[in-house]
Amino acid sequence: MIQTTLINTMTLHSLTTSVPMLLALQLSHFSAAVIFALFASIVFGISFRSDPRDMVRHGAYCFAMFLGLMMLAAWVMRFLHR
Amino acid sequence: MANTPTNSTTESPAQATPLNVMAAVAISMAWLVPGAGHLIQKKFVRGLLIMVSVITMFSLGMAMNGKIYRPNTGDLLDMLGFIGDIGAGGLYILGRIQEWGDVAIAAAASDYGTKYIVVAGLLNLISVVDTYHIAIGKKQ
Repeated sequence: MIQTTLINTMTLHSLTTSVPMLLALQLSHFSAAVIFALFASIVFGISFRSDPRDMVRHGAYCFAMFLGLMMLAAWVMRFLHR
Repeated sequence: MANTPTNSTTESPAQATPLNVMAAVAISMAWLVPGAGHLIQKKFVRGLLIMVSVITMFSLGMAMNGKIYRPNTGDLLDMLGFIGDIGAGGLYILGRIQEWGDVAIAAAASDYGTKYIVVAGLLNLISVVDTYHIAIGKKQ
């Protein structure tokens, strides 16, 4: 048991020291999701519509749906967690 | 009588050639450099937006210590991750040459970064298909 714990600790230590975490960009889950939604919506709007006005509308719709569903999923998980 | 053929072959898009020179060049360019397929077809705004979106997502993924998947035959999710990553084309090749993304996923931000890189590749694949549709005249 002690040996297993020691090995796990050493493995974790070797993993964390081999990764240069000091330079890593740290985004919160929310900000990462918002940036993801923004860029995905831009490409969706351009790719799935032909008219420029429809592209903007579809992009905005996708962005709103991303954020809305994200909020909904977050609240559902919050209530399920209780 | 119930199996009467209803599809008429005269309705098929006969004028749309499935692959011409422009389509082949545009597909290759779009895969290698995100947005370039639109740019060479004079869709400048769309091309720049796609370029900024895909490159920014890939760069943010790298900045978050995301992992770049290598060709593998192991876990199914790893194989799918490789398929997504390779969609980024030139960015993936550059990352492999520079040995970026050769990290162990040890933090939440690193996991976000890995997903960003995969999604950047998938978005680029969508834009490649869009480029093809523009090149064959199916889309303006």
